[in-house]
Amino acid sequence: MTSRLGRGQRSTPALFVAPFFILFVATLIVPVGYSLWMSLFREQATSGLGFGGTETLFVGADNYLRALGDPSFHRGFLHIALYCLIYIPVMVGGALALALLVDSAMARAKKLIQLAYFLPHAVPGLIAAIIWGFLYTPGLSPVIDLLRTVGVEWDFLGPDGVVFSMANAAAWQWIGYNMVIFYAALQAVPKETLEAAVVDGAGQLRTALSVKLPMIRSSVVLTMLFTAVGAIQLFNEPEVLRSRSSAVSQDWSPVMYIYQAAFTEHDYGLAAAASLLLALLGAGLSFVITKLGNRWKEA
Amino acid sequence: MATATPPRTLPPTRSPKRPDTTRPPRTPAASWSSKAVVTTLLGIVAVYTLMPLSWLLVNATKSNGDLFASPGFELADFHLLTNLADLFTYQDGVFGRWLANSMLYSVVGALASTLVSLLAGYAFATYDWWGKEKLYGLVLLGILVPHTVISLPMYLMASEVGLVNSYWAVLIPGLVNPFGVYLSRVFAESYVPGETLEAARIDGASELRTFRSVALPMLSPAFVTVFLFSFTGSWNNFFLPLVMLNDSALYPVGLGLFNWNATLPQEPQLYSLVITGSLVSVVPLAVAFVSLQRFWRSGLTAGAVK
Repeated sequence: MTSRLGRGQRSTPALFVAPFFILFVATLIVPVGYSLWMSLFREQATSGLGFGGTETLFVGADNYLRALGDPSFHRGFLHIALYCLIYIPVMVGGALALALLVDSAMARAKKLIQLAYFLPHAVPGLIAAIIWGFLYTPGLSPVIDLLRTVGVEWDFLGPDGVVFSMANAAAWQWIGYNMVIFYAALQAVPKETLEAAVVDGAGQLRTALSVKLPMIRSSVVLTMLFTAVGAIQLFNEPEVLRSRSSAVSQDWSPVMYIYQAAFTEHDYGLAAAASLLLALLGAGLSFVITKLGNRWKEA
Repeated sequence: MATATPPRTLPPTRSPKRPDTTRPPRTPAASWSSKAVVTTLLGIVAVYTLMPLSWLLVNATKSNGDLFASPGFELADFHLLTNLADLFTYQDGVFGRWLANSMLYSVVGALASTLVSLLAGYAFATYDWWGKEKLYGLVLLGILVPHTVISLPMYLMASEVGLVNSYWAVLIPGLVNPFGVYLSRVFAESYVPGETLEAARIDGASELRTFRSVALPMLSPAFVTVFLFSFTGSWNNFFLPLVMLNDSALYPVGLGLFNWNATLPQEPQLYSLVITGSLVSVVPLAVAFVSLQRFWRSGLTAGAVK
């Protein structure tokens, strides 16, 4: 559907994409480049006491080495590794299971169910974290009361529980959204394929696992990709829970570490280096997930 | 950070048919007990997804004292109107200002961003030019760049040019929506037939005129979809305003509530304000979402070209 342009119209596509690309360069390309540049320098006070301004020193890879050698940066990655281990299987697996359940012809009131599951997504992530923060607060939370009546004492904000609490708040937000995505993908599975499976004697469960699931794998891979890239940037939930829980430090997650380095300590070089390391991890994850997805496709 | 994940949907080409029309005939094999199991499972999850919101609704009607004195799901004295009055008068009514700011960031930002994305997506779909697919690859990469990487240098750049602590500092970055360009291209490829554009050209319309009068109306479902994603993206944006803004008069509602929430251990009298404020900030968006969602879901399938 692309078309030939007459003379004098050759510049039209350039005019149409110009607004986007000017902004794209200004708010994406330039900041990434600036980040790279910044990560090579260190601001240093000219006098030992911090008077008399600062000078900018070229330090090469020093900022990267400082970030990589910092135990609190390591702890941040451990925290999100644990978080991903809990969050990703529960959220993606849960959304998939729900989509298959809703799709299995047995489920009634599909529209109502989809709406109920989707509604949390209409709540801004920050507000969701604040609401769950209340539901984790003793004295305020009906959940804690309920658990107590069945004899369970669980500290949602304690050092053991807080990661689960964050994963829960995020899963609550995203499970319905991804379920709707998967469900929409399931609708595109050809009717003939499903009928063939039934004729071949496949039951509901077998059809779901061996026919439907492989046919929506590209949606699943895409969802995993976005979920993983989002998860390594974990910030809202820990930042909100920090005011309630002594188990969440100011540099609990890598993004919190970066925020602290930049805006509390004004160590921009370190913050830039740490951001780029995080971005590199994101790119690596994207690569691995798409590779795995491709292999799955070939299998 | 969930909000950093780019919103996404299936390209319309992948789900060309309306739900329900593709369903296979109901299998009679499903037994009564497995039906009950499925219904129960789905019901439990629905309770889970609706519980926090109903808790918010119930507790926004309680006075600050009753919040801790009465069980979470029991109604106490009806205090909602007093809470609302307190919310909108506390600190000279700053909450109303935050709501207005959020509307500005989201509505104005999303309108401009949608137009920018549509223009670019349309150009990618309609014209051939040198280096097109390479540039498009760059746009797709842009979807994956973590926001945190660019927030810090963006803050420093904004402070160089004196934009820190201004509406522009939040509005301008919100205009760039690589995912919107991707969606617009997919939509334009399936909704705007080349023959129609050709006909408009033969009739002597300029390219801009063709876009405005012929393509844009055909792209209205794309407009709504991209707008909706930009709108919620801006409404949910927290990290950027947190980095860019110091002046609480410029805060969007989320950042304002976040600050109140953080002071709760010292100022417990704010509990009812934060709870009522959270409810108020959720209601308009939830209503808009539920009503608009219907529109874009049908938008995904409407207007398809044979």
